[in-house]
Parts: sequence; C-alpha cells; structure tokens
Amino acid sequence: MVDALRVIRDDGSTDPRLDPKFSEDEAIAMYRGMSLQRILDNRMLALQRQGRIGFYGPSLGQEAAIVGAAMAMGPEDWIVPQYREPGAALVRGMPLKELLCQLMGNAEDPVKGHQMPCHYVYRKGNYLSISSPVGTQLPHAVGIGWAMKLRGEKKAVLVFFGDGATSTGDFHAAMNFAGVFRTPTVFLCNNNQWAISVPVAKQTAAATLAEKANAYGFDGIRVDGMDALAVYRATRDAARNAREGLGPMMVEAVTYRIGPHSSSDDPSRYRDEAEVAAWQARDPLLRFRRYLEHAGWWDDAREARLEQEIGDEITRAVQEAERIPPPAVETIFADVYAEMPPHLREEMDAFLALPRR
Amino acid sequence: MPAMTMVQAINNALREEMRRDDRVVVLGEDVGRNGGVFRCTEGLLDEFPERVFDTPLAEGGIIGTAIGMALYGLRPVPEIQFMDFIYPGFDQIVSEAAKMRYRSGGQFTVPMTIRTPFGGGIRGGHYHSQSTEAYFCHTPGLKVVVPSTPKEAKGLLTSSIRDPDPVLFLEPKKLYRSSREEVPEGEITVPLGQAAVRRPGKDVTLIAYGYMAQVCIDAATKAAEKGVEAEVIDLRTLVPLDEPTILASVKKTGRAVVVYEAPRTGGYGAEISAILAEKAIEYLRGPIVRVTGFDTPFPYTLEDVYLPNADRVLSAIDKVMAF
Repeated sequence: MVDALRVIRDDGSTDPRLDPKFSEDEAIAMYRGMSLQRILDNRMLALQRQGRIGFYGPSLGQEAAIVGAAMAMGPEDWIVPQYREPGAALVRGMPLKELLCQLMGNAEDPVKGHQMPCHYVYRKGNYLSISSPVGTQLPHAVGIGWAMKLRGEKKAVLVFFGDGATSTGDFHAAMNFAGVFRTPTVFLCNNNQWAISVPVAKQTAAATLAEKANAYGFDGIRVDGMDALAVYRATRDAARNAREGLGPMMVEAVTYRIGPHSSSDDPSRYRDEAEVAAWQARDPLLRFRRYLEHAGWWDDAREARLEQEIGDEITRAVQEAERIPPPAVETIFADVYAEMPPHLREEMDAFLALPRR
Repeated sequence: MPAMTMVQAINNALREEMRRDDRVVVLGEDVGRNGGVFRCTEGLLDEFPERVFDTPLAEGGIIGTAIGMALYGLRPVPEIQFMDFIYPGFDQIVSEAAKMRYRSGGQFTVPMTIRTPFGGGIRGGHYHSQSTEAYFCHTPGLKVVVPSTPKEAKGLLTSSIRDPDPVLFLEPKKLYRSSREEVPEGEITVPLGQAAVRRPGKDVTLIAYGYMAQVCIDAATKAAEKGVEAEVIDLRTLVPLDEPTILASVKKTGRAVVVYEAPRTGGYGAEISAILAEKAIEYLRGPIVRVTGFDTPFPYTLEDVYLPNADRVLSAIDKVMAF
C-alpha cells in the first residue's frame, strides 16, 4: 500500500514516532472491542441464516477502522455512524442485549421495531440514529460540530462513511460547509474498496479519497485501515485539533470488506476470491495480536479465554433477547411527533377497534 | 401597535424569538448581509452576528447541517430561498428530519423550522411560483404551516420555532407585501393545528390556505352581493389538520368548495375532499368541488389565468348552489 500511515509493523513492533503508547489495559481493551465485533458478526450472520434475525450487515475486515476510530473519541464527543459500526456503538457503552433487541425488533428494542436490523442508536453514548440512504449523515455531523462551536464547547464529532458515500451530493455539501465554517468534524472514510458490487475505481477517478479534502480547504490523511493503532492515532490527533478550533479533517482508512455487503448479498457474483484472500492475509485482528504478543501482553491461553468470554456474553444476550415478545401494535403509532396529533390517534383507535381475526 | 407587512411581521417574529432564545439560529442563502431576497431576515445579522449565517449555495447542505444543529439542541431556522429550490434538500427533509424521532424511538429529535416562500403571484415563472406542499404533507413526522395574514405569520412562526418537531413554514409570496396589519410587539403565538373561520356563512363552505384564503374572502364578498353566504375557512396548518372546524362548517352549510393553487391532481385539497366525502357525505347537498391550478407546470405570461381567482371560485359556488 502506498502512502498510508502505519504504526504496527509486520513483526508486531511499532513505529516509535507514531505509537500512541498504550498501557496493557488500553491495548487489550482495543483488542477486545475488535474481537467482540468480529465474533458478533459471525454469530449474527449465523443467526440470520437460521431465520432468527431478519437481516445483518457484517463489518468483517473493518474492525480496526471502526473500533480504532471510535476509541479515539472522548466521552463528550459525538459519533455519527453509517451502518456498519456496531463495534463503535459497543465502544460507546451500548449494552449487548439492547443491540440484540434492536436486531430482533422486539418489545425492548429502543426504537420499538421501527427500523430494520443494524440501524442502531444510542443516545447515552452520543451515538446518532442511522438511516439506510448513503451519505445523508455527513451534513448532520457538520451541523452538530457547528452547534458545538457556536456554544463554545471544546468537543468534536466523528462521522463514519464509506467510499461509495464520497460520490454523493451530501458528501460534497458536508465537506464544503465543514471547510467554510471550520466545524470540529472528523470525516472517517472507511474505504473498504466496494460499494456493494461497485469497486472504488468506479466511484472516482481521483487517486485517493483523502485528497478530496484539499479541495475543501482542509487536510486529508490516508491511513492503513487494517492497523488499529494507525487509525486511532490519526483520528485522535484530528479530534484533538478539531476541539482546539483548527477545523475539520478527513481520515481515509484503507481497508477491505471481507464479508458480503449484507446478508442479502453474494459477493462471488462480482469479485475475485484471490483478492479477498490477499486482504484476509492482512487481517486487522492478527495484526493487533502480533503487537500484543510483541509487547508480551498476550498468549494462546488469553486468546482462548477472551473468545470464550465474548462467546458466552453473546449467547446470554441472544437468549435474553429471544425471550422478549414483539412490540405491541400501538407502537406503530408512537414517536411520529412529540404529541400524537388527532388524525393519527383516530387511525390508531379505528385500527384497534377492528375485530381481531 | 405598528402596521406591518407579512415580511416585516416575519422579521419581527424571528428577531423577537432570537432575543428570547439563544438557541435560535438563522441560516441560508443571502439571509445575512443581504437580509434575504425578500428581506425577511433584514437586520438580523447586525443584531445577532454569531447566529445568522450566509451559507454556501446548497439546499441539501443547509437543511442537513440545520438538522445536525437541531439534533444537538439548537433551534435552527433555515431559509430556502424559493420552494422551487427545495428539492436538493428534499431527501434531508423527508428521509432524515421527518423520520428522526420515529427511527430513534424518541432519542433524537429535530426541532427545526424551514422557512420558504411559495406560491404564485410575483411573475416568477415556474421556478419561483410553485406550490408543492402536497409532497410534504404526505410525509409523516413533518408539520406544514401556511400563514395568510401578517399578524398570524408572526404568531404561527413563533409557535413553529418552539415546536418540538420539524416544521415546513410556507410563506405565500403574493401576500408578502400586499397589505398591512396591526401586529403587536412582543410575544404572540397562534397554535399549530387550528384552522380559522375568516368569514361566517350558512350556504357554502370555502376551504383554502395561503393566498387562496384571500381569494376566497374576495369571492365570499362577491357571493354575498348575490345573496349567498359563504363561510371561509383558512386552514393555517395543513399537517396536522384541524378536521373538526372543517367538518362542523360543512355539516352546517351542506356544500363545500376546496381551493388550492397547486396542480389539481393529488393536491392537498384532494385530501380535504376525501375527508369530507368520508365523514360528512350525508350532510352534503351537492358535490365537493375543487378550484385549483391546472395540471401543467406553472406558466409565466399567463400566471393570472393559471391562478384561481374570485371569479373561478364564484363559478364553483354557483355550481354547488344549483343542487
């Protein structure tokens, strides 16, 4: 890979100029976050195939680019997700059971089954609600940052998006507004090479996505998206600068979507297995494990224990969530407006008065 | 009490609400130094240099960033220069702002008021004249408000800014400077979701909003000369609709004429007609008649022919009175 920031070397040692100098606990917390997302993805894809959840969008291969970025943000900062970042929601404190309830759309789903699976939201962690259209979240992240700035608060916003989103009008508008108003927004592009079946070379003729930032009057940096420390370092510095009033920055994390776009997608229709295998060899978890081992913080026994622990946590959450019934029919009518207007109440009452067949 | 045009009343409402609430922020194209192309935001930049923004020319960016501000707790009032220019921001309005509360289970909300001039009457051709409220009334989660007098423009705009949900505030350009009205200084509000009976009558109900409410008052005045007493209802809020006021009037008069300047097919008045047919048909003595713009793009030269006027409304009154 050309011109991308790397911190973890192949042998597990780190570039001393860029190493964020984690403690053992910090390093293991990051590894745990990535492992949780990996194991969750595999388990949820299996649940989807068994018909126990309706849909799933995995993040396989992007764990470093998601968890590494999310962990770089402070608790007062905001995260504006795309839709492939459950690992970031969990970093922000979303309980696993709540996430499972969202995937199942049951009565304890915080959004009452209003959205399809993977459209998480977690207000307590300043983690915004997700919509399916690509790129629409980008201007929101600029507006949130703008509001922080207007209030004189030293906070920053991290917004996730993919390579496909850089083609949208919302990307242009958001980057342009961020540049003009110098908002504290960190644009984290997960360039995973594929927008469903369309490769990044067909999204843009530009050599890199990061260089687009230059046209909006701020910096873009390209980092190795399979290297959690590189993503962390770039995001942390960008957020720090943003909080200090130095304006927005774009980070292009060069990564790869190893799995399908979603449980409804079959990537063998459009891409080469050899390409997937080449990226798999650069697995971000293996890379991070080498770093942990190099530091003397990890071994097979710890790995086995972590896998067991995460597996059990997920099993418990699945079991608890599956016991919860679907939402009551009245919830269809909830949360349209702050107060239910008369016409909606009338529709609800008329429906509820129908004989049940 | 000063006599104000609707433009002045809107300006007054914005200024007073910005003084009362430092969360209120104004943004849009030419709204700062220039005070807006219709001057609705004139002088606001001078008084609130930190809260009035001339933005880049991108409606999706204006609405999208205003949504972000609202999510964070501000009360943004973005202006879209003409309703005809709103479509680059349409996705942000209907897919993001309107659905945020529902899709987040109430965890995130968008208290934002989008102001935009709409409707014909200023010789603007089809890109400065359309009334496309029906697209937005079809979107749950959004409120749609249309004032027709200066005083009520102030009261309705103040209520909209304070509303916890996103509001599309449609300003009838034809009425911007057509008359003056005494508008009180200081706080006045008009609740959303309440229609107004502009003129009482017993023979036929005329239902309209915006400039067409004025047209209906003119038509009712002329009808009275022929001995027909028309009741004029100005909806003021399209969503949520004040059904009781409409139904009470039509049950009393037994006749209804619905007037809107948008193209006929699928217009908001069609919804009004459907409600009357569903809920008041046994009171009707004749058909519900619509007087509307034509199913064409908005024409330039023949604008006055396109727009419903008092004579066309009178013809419709004659038609329903014949039953």
